[in-house]
Order: sequence, then structure tokens, then C-alpha cells
Amino acid sequence: MKAPSFAYAKPRSLEEAFPLIERPGARILAGGQSLIPSLNMRLSAPQLLVDIGGLSRLRDISPQPGGLRIGALVTHAEIERSLDVKFHVPLLAAAAPHIAHPAIRNRGTLGGSLALADPAAEYPACALALNATLILQSRKAERRVSAASFFKGLFETDIRPGEILVAAEFPKVERSAFLELTRRHGDYAIVGLAGVADASGKRIAFFSVDSKPVLAKHAAGAKSLEEAMKLLRQDLSPAADLYNTSATKLHLAGVLLSRAWNTLSKPH
Amino acid sequence: MEHALEATLTVNGTKVTRRIAPRMHLVDFLRDELGLTGSHVGCEHGVCGACTVRVNGEIVRGCLMLAVQADGCTVDTIEGLSDSGEMKKLQEAFHQHNAFQCGFCTPAMLMAALDLVKKNPTADREAIRAHMSGNYCRCTGYQAIVDAIESVTGK
Repeated sequence: MKAPSFAYAKPRSLEEAFPLIERPGARILAGGQSLIPSLNMRLSAPQLLVDIGGLSRLRDISPQPGGLRIGALVTHAEIERSLDVKFHVPLLAAAAPHIAHPAIRNRGTLGGSLALADPAAEYPACALALNATLILQSRKAERRVSAASFFKGLFETDIRPGEILVAAEFPKVERSAFLELTRRHGDYAIVGLAGVADASGKRIAFFSVDSKPVLAKHAAGAKSLEEAMKLLRQDLSPAADLYNTSATKLHLAGVLLSRAWNTLSKPH
Repeated sequence: MEHALEATLTVNGTKVTRRIAPRMHLVDFLRDELGLTGSHVGCEHGVCGACTVRVNGEIVRGCLMLAVQADGCTVDTIEGLSDSGEMKKLQEAFHQHNAFQCGFCTPAMLMAALDLVKKNPTADREAIRAHMSGNYCRCTGYQAIVDAIESVTGK
């Protein structure tokens, strides 16, 4: 189908963008790889699209003490190729190739994926596992929100009216595992796992199992894989989807956990 | 602000300036405004890949990009890459391997395949399948398509 009609504006700076996004019926357009399909299917009918694609300050990947700051407009393809990402946050580098297909990764952005908060998306789970900090900018102030409080529910985040997600900061964590099960490369995950480990222990997030990514706190704290597999039931109660029952999803989450366990358990 | 906006694109080497309604996506613009009907409109929500074109050197879904977003961009379509000869090897390989049935997906298959050949000139079958996973052939002629691409990357 064709998109309904809407107005379009392309601000050249954040200062120009704020008054535009405050208008009634305005929506932010980043890479558009989820928003434009929803327009074409008429699931969404904004009055004004504010294309932030011209804000070049949001395109940087910059190493900083203890980690990496990645601008909201950095594409999946750029994350996939970046040596800085591979070095500082290998979990993200491992996740990016799982997102859709090359033509979509060339347009889709980190900020767009985090701000949309699709329960089957890769980055929100990575952000949760890494305990990333999301940076929200409004006309008046900058707000820093931890991933744990940013994702609130199904397509629901802590972004307030008038705010733009401008970047995310990821701590450097070398040991990580990213796995997802799909019927076909690039499809939405049936179940996915994003896990990291450092001296303080493991942090393992699952996605496509609930309305938002879930930290498997009990399983991550287990001493052995056997114990972790038992405890995983306390962490997850996956909702069934069209093709997979809740029991199947829980089983598959256990399969991913067992595949990731050794990688995440090696001594530091 | 719903009125058409002026945009200038370089399409297959030619600069074009048009007034474009914001709701028009890039493939409709190429087909309906410029008469470049080699890029096809399939699902219009990013699943089938039939609309694959190249923007600033990188392949994109033409149905998931507004034409006004391409203001200032360089766009290459199957027509341009056929005329320039850039697609010649792959086109010959597709011909030789009979890598099409109805042909609807072919222009986009070629666009995606060329992107792979440029980035990974020695791609094996697994890499080919992963890279081409975003392009549907509803005649299910995948085997021959992978054969054709492999005959180029395998050389």
C-alpha cells in the first residue's frame, strides 16, 4: 500500500529540530526501516515527519574512558564494520549482522532501534545486558537513562515528549555472546540471547520472549549450567507467538543459554 | 507543509530536479516520475527486496526510503548499471545458469549480488545465501541464482 500524506521537514541542527518535534502529530524519522513500513501499511499516520537524517553530530562513534559512545544515527552496517565497536563492545558487533538484511542495515540506525523498542529487536537486549546509558536531549536539558529503566514495555520507552535520543554509551566488555534462533537469516528472532561477563559476573538478556528484553538474573548467577537451566524458569515466562508455544520458547531459550554458557564462564 | 518539496537527485549519472510529495517512496518516484521501471514494487514493506536500488553506493530498500530523503543523493538502478557495463558479468552468469523464472525479482537480485561481489569477491555459497536472504524469488529459483553468483565469486 501507499503511505497516507504527511508533511516533511528536515532540520539541519538539533536546535531546529526541537520546535518541529513539539508540533502536534509530529514523529521523528531516523533510518525509517520500521517507520516507513508502518506508514505504507497505514498502521501509523503522523501529520509531520521530522527527518533527523541531516544531524551529522549524531553520526559519530567515539571511544571514551571505559567504553564507547555511539550516535543515534549510526547505521547497523556501520556498527557491523566499525573496528572501535569490535574492540570495545564486541557484543554489538556480533549482534548487527543478525538484523534484517544488508539493504536494511545500510539505512536502519542504532537510535531508531532503541527508540522503537521492538521486543524482537537485537540492540535493546544488548543495551540491557551491557547496562548501557541512553542519552536523551530536549530543548532544555540532557537526560541520561540506564537501559534497565529505559525499556518500559511493548514499543514503550522512557522518552518524553520533546526529547530526542541522541546517543548511547556502552561500557567496554570483552567477553560476550550473541545468539539468536530464526527460521531464515534476517527474520525476527524466535528467541535471542545477548550476554556479557566480566569480573563482577554474567549479565544475560533474552529477547523475543516478552514485551521487552528480560534480564535472566537467577540463571546468570548460577554456579553451573545445570543450575542455570533450572533457574531460567524463574527468569522467563515467554508469551507464545503465532508459531511457537510458550514451552517451546522456554526450551529454546535454554538451548541458547547452554550454547553461550562456556563462553561466558571462562576465567577472567 | 504537506505540499510537494523540491529535490535534486543524480539518477544513473543524470541530475534530475523534481517537486515530490513527501509520501512518495523512492521506487515509485523512479518508476512513475522517471520511467525507470526496472526496479520493481513488490510488498512495499521491506520484506521482498524487489525494489533494491543503490543510494550513495550502498544498496537500500527503495520502498523504505522516501524520495525526498534522497535529495542530494546519487541513485543507481539496474538500468544505469546495465548501460555502464558494471553488471555485465553477473547478467551473463544469470543468463548462463538460467537464474530466473518469471524474472520479477531479477533486477533486485542482480543489485544485491553486485553489492556482495564488490564487498566479498570470493564469497562462498553460505555467504551468498546470507547476503541474498533479503531478496525473495517467489518462483523459488534460489538454487540457480546462488549457482550464478557463485560462478562469479568462485572465479
